[in-house]
Amino acid sequence: MTTTVARIFETMEWGPAPEASGPALDWIRARNGTFGLFIGGEWVAPAAGELFETINPATRATLARVAQAGAPDVAAAVRAARDAHPAWSGLPGHARARYLYALAREVQKHSRLLAVLESLDNGKSIRETRDLDIPLVARHFYHHAGWAQLRDTEFPGYGPIGVVGQIIPWNFPLLMLSWKIAPALAAGNTVVLKPAEFTPLTALCFAEIAAHAGLPPGVLNVITGDGRTGALLVEHAGVDKIAFTGSTEVGRLIRKATAGTGKTLTLELGGKSPFIVFEDADLDSVVEGVVDAIWFNQGQVCCAGSRLLVQEGVAERLITKLRARMEKLRLGSPLDKAVDMGAIVAPVQLERIRGLVDKGVAEGATMWQPSWACPTDGYFYPPTLFTDVAPAATIAQVEIFGPVLVSMTFRTPAEAVALANNTPYGLAASVWTENINLALDVAPKIKAGVVWINSTNLFDAASGFGGYRESGFGREGGREGMWEYLKPAGNSPRAAGPGSAEPDLLRAADPRATPRGEPSLPPVDRTPKLYIGGKQVRPDQGYSRQIRSPDGRLIGEVGEGNRKDIRDAVEAAHAAAEWGRGAGHVRAQILYYIAENLSSRTNEFSARIAAMTGGSPEDALREVEATIARLFTYAAWADKYDGAVHQVPIRGVTLAMNEAIGVIGIAAPPLAPLLGFVSLVAPAIAVGNTVVAIPSFPYPLAATDFYSVLETSDLPGGVINIVTGETDPLVRILAEHLDVDAVWYAGGAAGAKSVEEASAGNMKRTWLPGARDWLDPRVGEGREFLRHATQVKNIWIPYGE
Amino acid sequence: MTVTRDDPRVRRPRASAPRGAPDGSGARPTAAAERNPGVPLDLDLIRAIRINRSAVERRAATLPKRRTVKKEWQAAWLLRAVTCIDLTTLQGDDTPGNVLRLCAKARDPIRHDLIQALGVESLGLTVGAVCVYHALVPTAVRALEGSGIPVAAVSTGFPAGLNPFPQRLAEVRASVEAGADEIDVVITRAHVLTGDWPGLYEEILAFREACGPAHMKVILATGELATLTNVARASLGAMMAGADFIKTSTGKEPVNATLPVGLVMTRMIREYLDRTGYAVGFKPAGGIRSAKAALEWLILMKEELGLPWLHADRFRLGASALLTDIERQLEYFVTGRYSAAYRHPMV
Repeated sequence: MTTTVARIFETMEWGPAPEASGPALDWIRARNGTFGLFIGGEWVAPAAGELFETINPATRATLARVAQAGAPDVAAAVRAARDAHPAWSGLPGHARARYLYALAREVQKHSRLLAVLESLDNGKSIRETRDLDIPLVARHFYHHAGWAQLRDTEFPGYGPIGVVGQIIPWNFPLLMLSWKIAPALAAGNTVVLKPAEFTPLTALCFAEIAAHAGLPPGVLNVITGDGRTGALLVEHAGVDKIAFTGSTEVGRLIRKATAGTGKTLTLELGGKSPFIVFEDADLDSVVEGVVDAIWFNQGQVCCAGSRLLVQEGVAERLITKLRARMEKLRLGSPLDKAVDMGAIVAPVQLERIRGLVDKGVAEGATMWQPSWACPTDGYFYPPTLFTDVAPAATIAQVEIFGPVLVSMTFRTPAEAVALANNTPYGLAASVWTENINLALDVAPKIKAGVVWINSTNLFDAASGFGGYRESGFGREGGREGMWEYLKPAGNSPRAAGPGSAEPDLLRAADPRATPRGEPSLPPVDRTPKLYIGGKQVRPDQGYSRQIRSPDGRLIGEVGEGNRKDIRDAVEAAHAAAEWGRGAGHVRAQILYYIAENLSSRTNEFSARIAAMTGGSPEDALREVEATIARLFTYAAWADKYDGAVHQVPIRGVTLAMNEAIGVIGIAAPPLAPLLGFVSLVAPAIAVGNTVVAIPSFPYPLAATDFYSVLETSDLPGGVINIVTGETDPLVRILAEHLDVDAVWYAGGAAGAKSVEEASAGNMKRTWLPGARDWLDPRVGEGREFLRHATQVKNIWIPYGE
Repeated sequence: MTVTRDDPRVRRPRASAPRGAPDGSGARPTAAAERNPGVPLDLDLIRAIRINRSAVERRAATLPKRRTVKKEWQAAWLLRAVTCIDLTTLQGDDTPGNVLRLCAKARDPIRHDLIQALGVESLGLTVGAVCVYHALVPTAVRALEGSGIPVAAVSTGFPAGLNPFPQRLAEVRASVEAGADEIDVVITRAHVLTGDWPGLYEEILAFREACGPAHMKVILATGELATLTNVARASLGAMMAGADFIKTSTGKEPVNATLPVGLVMTRMIREYLDRTGYAVGFKPAGGIRSAKAALEWLILMKEELGLPWLHADRFRLGASALLTDIERQLEYFVTGRYSAAYRHPMV
């Protein structure tokens, strides 16, 4: 000891500071190192008896053997959740709040056990599990204890979805568990959760803790296994909703697998998030921001700031500072309290990182790593910085999910935004500048669900987290996250699902039927066209379809739209994007004006509806009057669908902004030809989207008449585009279109499945409003529509001088 | 912080300039550290500085959580902290008696049995300096004769710094004549608060001239500078005017040395070094009472500036009660038992 102290006095080196792993290893040992499945409150062996090993990636030592759940096990877990659901969802909110509160307390009581277990199983540093993961887990349960308490008053008319299947990743095992199960349980759902096969231990420990806390059997079931187990859970007919966090690749499979099943989905997927540095930023703080962005959790973070975009004039200085900082990073045993980085989760991930880095070098980028040696006894990878990276490089486009940063320069704010958005992903972004004007100008322009100003990787239960574009949809955290686990309550008029439209009406009228009207002076021919970019255009193909009244009279012919018409309409809708950037007040004025101009043609529209549908003149008149009222509703909403300021534990504000999604494809309901059309189109444009709408297939003339109303109402061209034709083939084209951001489909079950399947191409949002009583404002209008027309962007703005 | 342009008036780094040794090498700078002679005032550079307070606070909050030292390492680091202490008494009731006691402790800071147990007798540990008011300088100089421990005097109308300017200069000269090796000067806070950077620069330039051979520590009184951006700008202004050290506080402000302030000042030291090649020292002072706090400051220095700033010629901890707590922790390391303050010879 004596010489040691004197020597260290001179060298002033770092020494080991190990966290003891004994208690966590004892916990495993006390269970004989073998874990079953947690189903219905019991620990059961997998039916097929298959086990697999989970290892410590820092030492390659086997930690435990866990069960591979097969089909009978998944079925048993879903059954247990189903059996538990009536009682759990029937509890008063206050009772569920007590359970969630107890879970928060239990997590805190066992915080070190969970932190060490997590570090052992995942390879992440004990500092992070101790200071970030576990405290955020507890925070999530506390916050959602509150939502359980408030569910009935804050979400009236809504109830739980039912049995939720949840599949979580290995990068934040317990944190992702809490993000998934806290809102699900708060809303009254029961859960079957599958942790990642690399990191099952904390979920198993949590199951034990939950049982200890008295959570009723079956409310939470934990089944371990690899992707096969996940697939079984996704495909199980008894699951009402799937919530998944993981790769976009798997998310796409899940989207396709659940298409048309009626299961709702939230997907939190990959990212390639930009980290934008303007020349007036506090560069020393930027350097620490980069450390937190890409070397946090070894870069295995879906929202990692992995693309460094630096204004050209300060790029060299920043890179120099960054390299100096990288030299100081410490990588080593994850249980050492003084390391910055631990181990990569598994050999397969390490290989992936190596492969992509090699590719980056091969493609001509400059790679830099600090001079110190990386440990070789486990799966470690050093912090890595690429410069001279072209946007076309693989490493600039692909999510590496490792400690690898690629940097590029930009010249202007506009170019920074363009580079930031030059990716199919849209999870998060960081913006660094001391100029608030610049920060708040750039933040809304970035396609990302979370934007951090002068900060990065800040998370809190009160703030929603989730992506734009192919980073998935749905939010976790905050009020916006609660909506993902709620649906209209069973006795609510909203409860009707998709597929209830009368299929007879979707069939084309018999074209051979002859008109029975008396011959007289022929009417002036009126040719409804397609309405694209504010112009009436003939369909690409030059085919028309006869529209006949129920008694067979020919009342008009509409264009037969095709793929190219849809393409043109989508282009026009994008060209009209300015619509969403204007003031809500302006959109309100135009919606009022549309209502006004429709009102002056009430009789004409009523007659048309009655002629098409064969309904009574009174019913037709009621539909037109209701349409005018609906337009007023969304004119009213246009400047009132406010976001929120979330209360997160920082000195600053988190703005939850409701942003338009972009271009929405809308297949209007077959019935209520005018009201149904307007009920979907009006909320979409009220909040700033532009739309490509396919009118009712049997009754399209109300919509084609409507464009002349639009033309007289100052609506900018391209905001509403109308393509007539057969609904399902046309909406399929919209659903497949990679530059359409959402599709709403109000038709039957087959079309719904087709839309959901095709949406996986760019992970666009889909919504099936189903058949409704459109005349009833309780179900035909309001916040539900606006919620689907927007996505929430959370902008974190720390402040303080 | 950021600087958007280079100023031709600023000297470029010279090849011979002492630089931070790479981490882990353990080497002290070999080239004799040249005193910072100061550089022409660069107003553009000062005004371009922006500090993001929230980001600085986040870094400061995680710094002590990212690094820690245990066991032998902790003992060695605490001994290192002892050698960097400016053992201080700055009270109205200071007399030769308590200053003599302070000086005795400065020569002999750790209980002998602990020194032996730690095996560090050969290091001949002393504190970094003794810091007193001018009136006590002769006492301290006599008491420390032959020890090699420098005597520092607070000066220039400490702590407020609002005495007539000629008298402040005279005070510096008097302390140097009385044998002080180091002068801790205070700045006129108004210069910073009103953005009068030439005023600040000229004032410190004059102090430096009055110091002559004595090393000058410039106390920024950061607790009265309102913002971290002001702290950063004042730090750079002081270094341009020839500060040998920049120091956080007098110990008399409502808020003394904090890690965020220290982080900003050390980053400015790094910036100045990068731009001029001159290494300036850092001294946090006020409120540093625990061994744990001392280790946090050492961690900050090592992380942000590197090993050369873990030596008394570039780093000082202004403190008085700190030493006792360090001794307690060392006794715990040696014996495995938690210690009591009264077991260690008082300051």
